Amino acid sequence: MTAAPATASKRPRGGGPRPPREDTARGPRQSIMSRSAAMLIMGVFTLYFLTPIWWLLTTSTKTGGEITSTAPLWFTANSFGTFFNNLGRLFTYNDGLFGRWLLNSAIYAGIGALLGTVIAAMCGYALAKYEFKGREAIFNIVLSGVLVPATALALPLFLIFSQANLTNTMWAVFLPSLVSPFGVYLARIYAAASVPGELLEAARLDGSGEVRTFFTVSTRLMAPALVTIFLFQFVAIWNNFFLPLIMLRDQVLFPVTLGLYAWNSQISQIPELRSLVLVGALVSIVPLIIAFLALQRFWSSGLGAGGVK
Amino acid sequence: MRAHYGKVTAAFAISALALTGCSAGGDSSGGGAEAAPCEASEGPVELNFTTWVPGMDQVVELWNEENPDIQVTVQTGPNGNSGTYQNFFNQIQAGNAPDLGQIEYDALPNFRVQDGLENIAECAGVTEAADQFVDWTWGQTTFGEEGSVYAIPQDSGPMAMYYRADLFEEAGIEVPTTWEEYAVAAEQIKAEGAYITNFPKTDVNWFAGMVWQNGGQWFANDGESWDVNLTGPESEEVATYWQDLLSEDLVSTLPSFSDEWNASFNEGQQWTWVSAVWGATTLSDGAPDTAGKWAVAPMPQWEAGGETAGNWGGSSTAVLKGSEHPAEAAQFALWLNTDPEALALANELGGLYPAAKSATELEAFAGGVEFYDGQQIYDVFAEASANVDPNFTWGPTMTQTYTDVSDGFGAAIGGSGTLLDALSEGQQQTVDALTAQSIPVQE
Repeated sequence: MTAAPATASKRPRGGGPRPPREDTARGPRQSIMSRSAAMLIMGVFTLYFLTPIWWLLTTSTKTGGEITSTAPLWFTANSFGTFFNNLGRLFTYNDGLFGRWLLNSAIYAGIGALLGTVIAAMCGYALAKYEFKGREAIFNIVLSGVLVPATALALPLFLIFSQANLTNTMWAVFLPSLVSPFGVYLARIYAAASVPGELLEAARLDGSGEVRTFFTVSTRLMAPALVTIFLFQFVAIWNNFFLPLIMLRDQVLFPVTLGLYAWNSQISQIPELRSLVLVGALVSIVPLIIAFLALQRFWSSGLGAGGVK
Repeated sequence: MRAHYGKVTAAFAISALALTGCSAGGDSSGGGAEAAPCEASEGPVELNFTTWVPGMDQVVELWNEENPDIQVTVQTGPNGNSGTYQNFFNQIQAGNAPDLGQIEYDALPNFRVQDGLENIAECAGVTEAADQFVDWTWGQTTFGEEGSVYAIPQDSGPMAMYYRADLFEEAGIEVPTTWEEYAVAAEQIKAEGAYITNFPKTDVNWFAGMVWQNGGQWFANDGESWDVNLTGPESEEVATYWQDLLSEDLVSTLPSFSDEWNASFNEGQQWTWVSAVWGATTLSDGAPDTAGKWAVAPMPQWEAGGETAGNWGGSSTAVLKGSEHPAEAAQFALWLNTDPEALALANELGGLYPAAKSATELEAFAGGVEFYDGQQIYDVFAEASANVDPNFTWGPTMTQTYTDVSDGFGAAIGGSGTLLDALSEGQQQTVDALTAQSIPVQE
């Protein structure tokens, strides 16, 4: 890159014909320098992202006192026992409240993402496959929703939910989680590309209703995009913090993020919570890791499709 | 988190503007200035109580068993400035606030100014309870207004000096009793390769405790308008004193309550900590290897032979605006903060040091504490509590004041400006913030 002559910028970017000798079976040849530089940068970033998780892992195997007095990034002699002891205390503290929080998070994120995906898919599909007046206007409005951070909407939502007497209920967190402007965008792009109009025509001729066609034919073609939307929504709801903070008062309804935050803010009064917060944070990311690993294959193909179109 | 915070405070600034005539006290047209008649409700009553004191649900359980007609439900949230206050303001605006809420003393004026508190002075037993509480705590809940009580004091944080008795003795250094001696000891300890203490740049309320001890006043309210004075002679003396220690690198500047900070105490790098009564457990948990080596003495004095003390922290139980059962709520708040059984349990589970005078009679504060080599440390704090200036007043926008002063402290530690500059800057920002919320300020 740095060695490129100044005239290089005049060439059409990436589109110009290359000299044939550069084209080998394995693609353009790269110098060892640039390859190792890329590896180095990726290595540094990997380290940067994984070190906190590693720290979380080692620290959750320590007692409250050991956190400050032992090496931060390594285990202690009795780490194994302490870890299970911490886990045991985590799930029994305050009558097993943490388990309840995990369950709440699973309900909010699991059901919310599932229904949210269905809604986004239907909406995006309709925008892609049906011609109607105001279609582009609706799409643009939905798109602009991507730009508004959920945090900014939390307060107005609170006032609206207060009018409906729905604050401090599960609905207060669940209902706002159902909408995903980004999901609608992705579903529309993907449906336009992957669901041929001819196929829908054929289905209509065979006497299939629109709803039936959608669920039996179109959703299957859109599957990679749907998995992507689901994963996006799942992660977004699982990590959502501000909305539950504003909406919920009863700690039995808290999702795990808010619960850990509440505990963390009490550490100065109850120092034993420190190790529970740490081990709790570790446990709380496990479902996300599982969801990622299980759906990774679909996820990357769905993202790619959205990007190209 | 800070980003969220900014947004929410901005939203409150707007809502504060919407509440017209929000001057504190003395305003007969403003709602809530006059104590409303407080009549008991008929039939069974259900109350909501939001707090972040751990174990409070079990304390309330005691009440619920004895009072079948007044059932209280506890709701737990993050601590006040971490979200619960914002929630209270939202809920008050939406008309669905809990009947009772925990509010720290330094946040009470903010709720008062925004008309978020019920005046419970007319409720049975409230004004009569005044002498059951340490004077200064009661002063915090009445704002010095005639015929007004806006909350019941819950806990307090009288300050004293924790110090490493063993290290002082080994090094042959006298335990300081005045701030002058403290500065001399700081140099001697530096020569031993350690620090006398840590300057907590983000804990502006700690700094306020220091000014409080010195007889300073940051805010005053004459019923018409607020007087903001962060840079009075007392504040200046305190700021200059700590600035000198900082400039000569005699105190460390670790982030408070961080792992680093704990480790520093645990490894004997910190010889003293001038802190509140609740710091006793912070220390024993954060520095377990130093058990038995600490002792507690009264705060160093500005004048030899003085007995003044500061306060750091503490909260009250307030009846929030819109409660349909203020009489029952007040009755519960009084019980919660005076009943010996409730106080004992709240101390055991939540680590509270009660604002009630009867605290000294509790068993939990009677004996020696092992971590402090068996010293009866709570006697020192009880004495400190009695010596806290009852007239100290907090301002109506303390979170803003704290943030601005703390930013200035950070800059001063980084070498640009001084602590006193930070106070002047904080003063200006506070006046601006009050003006922006249409709260009258004296020029």
